[in-house]
Amino acid sequence: MFHIYCPYCEEHREEEEFHPRGQAHLQRPADPENCSDKEWGDYLFFRDNPRGIHHELWVHSVGCRKFFNITRHTANYEILETYKMGERPSITAETLAADERQSGVQAASGGWQTVGARPEDEALNTEARA
Amino acid sequence: MSEIREFDCRPNDQTGAESPLAWSFQRGPAPAADAQAGVTLRESAFMGHLILRGGAIVLDEAVREVLGINLPARPNTLAVDAKGERSIQWLSPDEWLILVPGGEEFVLEKALRHALGQAHFSLVNVSGGQTVITLRGPKARETLKKSTPYDVHPSAFPVGKGVTTIFAKTSLILRQPQADCWELIVRRSFADYVYRWLLDAAAEFGVTVERR
Repeated sequence: MFHIYCPYCEEHREEEEFHPRGQAHLQRPADPENCSDKEWGDYLFFRDNPRGIHHELWVHSVGCRKFFNITRHTANYEILETYKMGERPSITAETLAADERQSGVQAASGGWQTVGARPEDEALNTEARA
Repeated sequence: MSEIREFDCRPNDQTGAESPLAWSFQRGPAPAADAQAGVTLRESAFMGHLILRGGAIVLDEAVREVLGINLPARPNTLAVDAKGERSIQWLSPDEWLILVPGGEEFVLEKALRHALGQAHFSLVNVSGGQTVITLRGPKARETLKKSTPYDVHPSAFPVGKGVTTIFAKTSLILRQPQADCWELIVRRSFADYVYRWLLDAAAEFGVTVERR
């Protein structure tokens, strides 16, 4: 399969050794007793599902058993970087979009892949609806 | 001195302790002794296994004082004493495995607790939970290649390295304390599975099981 870089073991390890644990950087409401139900519900149950850059929590369950973060592209599954707990990602949707703008690539908003999402020909839309 | 209550987990000799592989040895006939065997298997039973957790800076001095070995701070490394009997292995940034000859672990545990005093650390005796299988022979590396996805080529796995990784359908600690000597530290309940896997994997090279 493929190899994932563990920032604690400082080497690439087999994918089998890792487990994904969902979205990273979740903020627990500072005062759970006094926050609104919506706030608490959002924290507990609702997760982002972006097309593009996603920061995820993974655990090296067979190796060092440490949690760490992976920045992953959900469209092409590319792992852009891995970083330790408590660190900030150096690659985000914003930095990627800025890079694309600089290199003259057709701008995609916030790193999300929007190019190609809308058919050029309106006829295709009507065809899809029918 | 810490306020942790200590007790010796090792049963006295009269109880007839059995190694995790006792049943495997009794169950099936071991392969016949073969001087030409490519792989030699041996269980180092009843060794003292201690899991030491805490910050490296806090533990380093105490470990050097008590064991005379430097705490390996680099990931996936192993420090062995001059005689090759005692070793410390890096398991994670705050976790080490200390392996000593059987019977020494309680003395060592007390000495370490004394040296560390009130520092923030954890020391657990896990001797009963795991065992060591030693693999030697010219075909030992070939056998490992069939069993684990980890790269065991000399350039990737030099002497003095140790990793926790996948092995067959289970996981274990794989390490190479000396050239042509591989130690597999397996969980008690997986010992029979790993043993039988190794016999099967090494059958094509010829395998011998050394027993005391």
